[in-house]
Amino acid sequence: MSYFRAENLSLHFGGLKAVDAVSFAVEKGEILSIIGPNGAGKSSIFNLISRIYPPTSGRIFFEDQDITRQPAYDIARLGIARTFQNIELFENATVLSNLLVGRHRHSTTQLWQELLFLPSVRATEKAHRRRVEQVIEFLDLEPYRDKLISGLPYGVRKVIELARALCSEPKLILLDEPSSGLNVEETDDMSFWIRDMKSELGITVLMVEHDMTLVNRVSDRVIALNYGRVLAMGSPSEVQHHPDVVAAYLGA
Amino acid sequence: MRFLFKTDYQDDIRLFPHSGYVTSYGLLLAALVIAPYVLSSYLMSQLVFVCIYATVGVGLMILTGFTGQASLGHAAFLAIGAYTAAYLQQFNVPFPVYFLAAGLLTGVVGALVGFPALRLQGIYLVIATISFAFIVEEIMARWESVTNGNEGMRVKTIQLLGATISRDGPTFYYLCLAVLVLTIVGTLNLLRSPTGRAFVAIRDSETAARSMGINVSLYKVKSFAISAGITGLAGVLFAHKMSFISPEMFTLQLSIEFIIVILIGGIFSLHGAVLGAIFLVMIDPFLTYLKDDMPGVISGIAATFGAGEVRAGHIQDAVAAFASANGLKGAIYGVIIVVFVLFEPLGLYGRWLKIKLFFQLFPLYKRATFKRQKIYVKSERNR
Repeated sequence: MSYFRAENLSLHFGGLKAVDAVSFAVEKGEILSIIGPNGAGKSSIFNLISRIYPPTSGRIFFEDQDITRQPAYDIARLGIARTFQNIELFENATVLSNLLVGRHRHSTTQLWQELLFLPSVRATEKAHRRRVEQVIEFLDLEPYRDKLISGLPYGVRKVIELARALCSEPKLILLDEPSSGLNVEETDDMSFWIRDMKSELGITVLMVEHDMTLVNRVSDRVIALNYGRVLAMGSPSEVQHHPDVVAAYLGA
Repeated sequence: MRFLFKTDYQDDIRLFPHSGYVTSYGLLLAALVIAPYVLSSYLMSQLVFVCIYATVGVGLMILTGFTGQASLGHAAFLAIGAYTAAYLQQFNVPFPVYFLAAGLLTGVVGALVGFPALRLQGIYLVIATISFAFIVEEIMARWESVTNGNEGMRVKTIQLLGATISRDGPTFYYLCLAVLVLTIVGTLNLLRSPTGRAFVAIRDSETAARSMGINVSLYKVKSFAISAGITGLAGVLFAHKMSFISPEMFTLQLSIEFIIVILIGGIFSLHGAVLGAIFLVMIDPFLTYLKDDMPGVISGIAATFGAGEVRAGHIQDAVAAFASANGLKGAIYGVIIVVFVLFEPLGLYGRWLKIKLFFQLFPLYKRATFKRQKIYVKSERNR
């Protein structure tokens, strides 16, 4: 059985088929990229997985469990974290507290304990912070840890969003265009981190990306989408030379 | 400037980051403790109102400032707390019991209001909470067997451990102060634990909060319950201070006053709730002073600039008529809110931070430090 599986996933807005009977599987420990022209339905697939939209039809399985009808907040508890294409950070909070929100799925304390800030709460808080510091070190975020998000540049925010997702210690991470808005150097860093996430942290990565250099460098497999349908699936070079993919991009 | 070297995770958690905080808050607390022996009884009474309003302010700050859910219904929560106390008093229920019962009941009502509010945002939530406040006001006026209707209810003085705590005495002031301090400490504890961070996450991006595993509905209801519960506790103290409660004391105007407390004080910070309460309690005597003295002052000025005696008299009458017009107070509140939102969106606490930074960085302070940043990258799609 596959680690993560989407079966005949569809999302229709009236007559528009944003995602149309898409099936794919992700194996444990691999990096799978989804490519395709604008409006191909890549981000919609992510929004279906993280339950921002309910699918029109089809089913989603994670670790052999049907998660199609799980509420949105349960998806993170199962170990699926995500980043957003346009960055959804908590603007008026510090980097540190943004990352601590990422720890939410591991919080065990009750409201009354927190009101009194009992020793048990203090202990778990310290444990959360220790974990967050490891992520900060992994992604070189030390200079920003006490800064407010609203004052930080785009490239840094992008990394913080990745850090927040990593703080939840996910099994599967969904990266929505991790390199958009980054310069060449930052994209390089990003590709190293994505590979390290796989090799050091053992996280399975599902990623939507436009930058083919990054896709070629990190992906084990690639899926090409157009008009909500799968065009091709396979190794990066196979997909890039697939006649349908060439036609979709070049209009030949 | 002071630079903190953090060597332990504890350094980020503690309430007082360095000894300067301990000194300044210690001095403040000492001043508040000796206040009854120094200040006149009028000022003490005002200070009690500051404590009560600040407690409500902290409650409302949790909901509006930290969870981002606006409410214009907090006068109703205050009323529920006050009426619960007055009602239970009739059966000789001891003070600690009805004090906690009022908080608990108001918290439950708050949670019930929170449920329909889950589907509402922004202005619609404001309308829903206003409607709730009107419903409660109407119930207080009509449910005569419990609330005694429009005739109102007397509130007896507190009996605690065989002693009588008069509403004008120092013991009652200490009680209000203790409730305020405990509320603030509890709220600070909440803010440095997962629940508080979940509130802030919901305020800033519900989508991201959800995708981080936060049950947004549950935490919104929690926030409503905590906020209402605190307001209910303040309601008990309010009832005792007024010694008489009736439906017309808990109107929309009172809810707006609570909004003023957090907006003027500085939303997003607990300092703001206290500063806003001080501001609100001070503004009333100030308006009375203006009403009594302004007509004379203005006609005096007119006279020195050559207006005749009759003319000056006319001016005095006109100003007096204006100053005693109905609804002037509400209009002034409105103007204050508009001015603060436009020119000092961070409120009095924001102003204090700016002044503090000015002296810390002198002469290198730059005005742009606090300039609001325009945020260009904000997803509207996933709302």
